[in-house]
Amino acid sequence: MSGTVTFTVNGQPVTTEASDEPLLLVLRNRLGLRATRFGCGLEQCGACMVEIDGAPRFACGTPVEVLEGRAVTTPEGLDDPVGVALRDAFAAESAGQCGYCLAGILISAHALLTGNPRPSRDQIVAALDGHLCRCGAHGAILRAVARAAERLQGAEA
Amino acid sequence: MRTLPLSLQANPLLGQWLSLDTPGRLTISPGKVELGQGIASALMQIAAEELDLSFGRLTLRPVDTGASANEGITAGSQSVEVSGAALRLAAAQLRAALLDAAAVRLGVPVADLSPADGAILRKGAATGLDVWALADNIDWQQPISGEIAPKPAAEYTVVGTSLPRDDLPRKATTGGFIHDLTFPDLLHVRVVRQPFRLARLADLDEARLARRYPAVTAFRRDDFLALVGTDEHQVQSAHLESEFFTRWEDAGRWTPPETPGTAVLLPPEEDARPAPGNRRLSARYSRQSIAHGSIGPSCALAILEGEQLTVWSHSQGIFPLRAVIAKVLGRAVDSVRVIHADGAGCYGHNGADDAALDAALVAVAHPGRPVRVQFSRADELGRAPLGAAMATRIEAGLDAEGRIVDWQLSVTSAPHAQRPGFGGFANLTSAEALDPEALPRKVEDLPPASGGGASRNAVAIYDLPGQSVEVTLEAASPVRTSSLRALGAHVNVFAIESAMDELAALAGADPLAFRLAHLSDPRARAVLETAAQMAGWPDPNPEGTGSAKGLGVARYKNKGAWLAAVAEVTVDEAIRVEKLWLAVDAGLLINPEGARSQIEGGALQSLSWTLKEGIDLLDGRVPVLDWDRYPILRFSDVPEIETRFLINPNHPPLGAGEAAQGPVAAAIGNAVTRALGARMRDLPMTRERLMQSLLQA
Repeated sequence: MSGTVTFTVNGQPVTTEASDEPLLLVLRNRLGLRATRFGCGLEQCGACMVEIDGAPRFACGTPVEVLEGRAVTTPEGLDDPVGVALRDAFAAESAGQCGYCLAGILISAHALLTGNPRPSRDQIVAALDGHLCRCGAHGAILRAVARAAERLQGAEA
Repeated sequence: MRTLPLSLQANPLLGQWLSLDTPGRLTISPGKVELGQGIASALMQIAAEELDLSFGRLTLRPVDTGASANEGITAGSQSVEVSGAALRLAAAQLRAALLDAAAVRLGVPVADLSPADGAILRKGAATGLDVWALADNIDWQQPISGEIAPKPAAEYTVVGTSLPRDDLPRKATTGGFIHDLTFPDLLHVRVVRQPFRLARLADLDEARLARRYPAVTAFRRDDFLALVGTDEHQVQSAHLESEFFTRWEDAGRWTPPETPGTAVLLPPEEDARPAPGNRRLSARYSRQSIAHGSIGPSCALAILEGEQLTVWSHSQGIFPLRAVIAKVLGRAVDSVRVIHADGAGCYGHNGADDAALDAALVAVAHPGRPVRVQFSRADELGRAPLGAAMATRIEAGLDAEGRIVDWQLSVTSAPHAQRPGFGGFANLTSAEALDPEALPRKVEDLPPASGGGASRNAVAIYDLPGQSVEVTLEAASPVRTSSLRALGAHVNVFAIESAMDELAALAGADPLAFRLAHLSDPRARAVLETAAQMAGWPDPNPEGTGSAKGLGVARYKNKGAWLAAVAEVTVDEAIRVEKLWLAVDAGLLINPEGARSQIEGGALQSLSWTLKEGIDLLDGRVPVLDWDRYPILRFSDVPEIETRFLINPNHPPLGAGEAAQGPVAAAIGNAVTRALGARMRDLPMTRERLMQSLLQA
C-alpha cells in the first residue's frame, strides 16, 4: 500500500507515508517526540504506551498506516487537567527511580482517570499491570496515581 | 594526617570538583554517575549544604573523561560514601577559601563573615559581595587537604531533607536519556550478536539482505556484524530477520579461564570437631543466572571527527571503558573521549559497555558520521552479562543447649567481576567477536576490600565459634557473568538466614530469639528487634497453614548498612508476598526519601529475583529471551511495604541500594517454609518448584 495517512498527534495534524513503520519510530525519529520509549518492541513492557482515541495502545506494535483519522496523545501532550494532576502528583511523590517506564505509565494512568475519576487501588493496579518497572518504584507510582485522583475529585467538589 | 577518601587521592585539586564559573551557580563535577538511583540529587545536596547555597543553584556537570574527576566505577553502594565524602571536604575547603578571600577584600576579620545563598554576610548583614565575584581570587589548583572541618551534622538544613528529584519530571514527559540523543545524518545500528560465546559467523548472505532491505548495509569485521542505515525501521526490521541471512557455527574455541580455585576466608579451627548427636544441618542453597533486565535496552552513540573519537555511554565506569575501547581499536587513550549520558535503571555491569564498543567500532569505519547503537530486548536480557549462578552450602551443629557450636560455609559461584579491563582483559562481547584471543584467560573474585563478589556476605554476622568459610570460583561455563546488584550477598544471606531458621527449628527455638542469642553487634540487634516489633513478631500463624511470616537480617558487605526484613506470605498455587516490614540503619541519610526509594526498590527487585527469575540454559547456552520467557515482578505482585530508618546523624552515611536484597530473599524463604511446612532452598521459588516441594513434602 502506498500513499499517505493523516492523523493528529497531541492535537496537531500529521501527514506521513502510509507504511508499516511503527508509530513509536515515527514519533521519535520523524516528529522529534522522544518521551515515548523503546523498551521491547514486543508489546510486553508498556514503555511505548500512547493514547489512541483515548485508549492506551502500544506504539511499538502500531503501524502508522492504520491511523487515518485517529487522535494520538503522547506523554508530551498530557496537558489537560488530568494530565497536569498526574504530572504534579508524580513529582510530589518522587514516583519513579530511573524514570524510563514513567512516560508509558502516565499514559495508562491518564486513560484510567479520564474514564474513571474514582478508581480503587485494585483498578489502578489493573490499569498499570501491563507496565514493567525494574527499579521497584511501584509503591510510589501507585500512590501518585491515587493522589492525582484525589486532587481531581477535590477540584470537582 | 587524616586519610583522604580514595576519590580525593586520585583527584586532589579543588577545581576538579567544583566551579563557580557560571554566575549564580555552583557546578559540581563528580565522577560517579546517575544510574537511576538519584545520586545526582544527593551529591548536589551535600555540596549545597557545605556552602550554604540553595539547592536550586547547583548544576551537575555531565560525567566526561574530558572533564570530570576519575572516580572509577559507580558500584557497590559507594557513591554517597565515597563521592559524597570527597565532595563534602572539597566544598568545606572552598567555603573557607571564599571567606578568606572576602576578608581580605573587605578588610574585616574572617570570623565575622558567613555565606548565605551565595551572598557574603558580615555579622549577618549584606556586604554587597558574593561568591561569584570572589571566584577569580580562589586558587582552583589547590589540593584538597581534608583538614578543613565540614559543617557538623547538627547544623544541616539541606542534607537530611527529602528534596524531590529534579530529573524525573523531565525524563517522564520529554527526553533526558541517552536513547533520546540525536544528531543530524545519524546512522542507526543494530548488532547481530553471536548467539553463543565465540560463535563463528560461517555465512552472511548479503544478497538476501540487499534484496529485502536495500537501504541497510552489513558492516562485518570477523565475527562482529552490524547492520547500518539511516532509517531505523529498516535497520530494526533487518535485525529481526537476521537468522535468515546469517549462519553461525560452534568453532570449539571456548576455553575456560583460570580461576584461583578455592579461597579460604576463615580457616577451620585446628581441633574443629563436628558436634556430636543428630542436631546437625547440612544444606545447599542456590540461585540460577539472572538477568539485569533494565527496561531501556542498552544504547550508545559515537562519532569520529578527525582523530578524535567521542563515545556517549551509560556505562558505570567511563574511564576504564575509554581505556578498553582505545586498546581494542589500537588508538591512543587521549584520542578517545567517553561522555556519560543517563541510561534506564542500571543495576550493575549490563550491556552498556558492550554497546559503547559496538558504536565505536562502527563510528571509526564511518568517519564524520554519528552512529547510534540500540540493543534489542532479547540481547539486553540474554546477551549482556548475567548475574552469576551460585550455590552456598552450610554445615552446622548445635550443642545440648541449642547453641551453634560449629559452622562451615562454602560458596561455589560463577564469576561476579568481569568488567571492562578487569584482569587486563577487554571483557566486551565485540572484542571477542573481533578476536577470540581477547577471551579472558584468568578471572578473580573481587577482593575483600571491595566487599568481595562470590564471597560477599559469606561470613555470617553472628557470634559463631569455629566459623569457617571458603569460596570457589567456577568458570567452566561460557555463559558470561559479571556484577549484578548485591553480587553474592543475595544468595549468601539467603543461605545463612535460611540456615539460622533451620537451626532454630532444630533447637526448638523462636527464630528471633535464636538469632539474638547469637548476635552481639548492637546495630544488627537494633534493626532486627525493630523489624520484629513492627511486624508484630512472633508470627501467630501455626506452621503449614498457607500463611506465615519470616525474617532475615544482614549487614551489607559486613561493613555497610544494616537491614532486617520481615515478610508475610500466603502460599496456595503460587507464592504471594503480602507485606514487607524493613528496618534499616544506613547512618546519616542525605535524602531520606531517596534512601527509602533505594531500599524499597531493592527489596522489590529481590522479591522478583527470589520468586520469579532464573535462566534455564539450553545445551549450556542462554536461550533467546523476552519478558514472557523471563517474567519479572508486576504491579499486581507488589506487597505493601513499611520501612523504618534507625537514624543517628553522627554515624557516617552508608549506601542503601544493596542492603535489602539478601535479607528480603531470606525473609520470604523463611515465611514460605512456615506457610508450607516444607523448605525451598533453590531460587527462584517458582510455581513449578512449589508444586515439586509439596509433592516431596
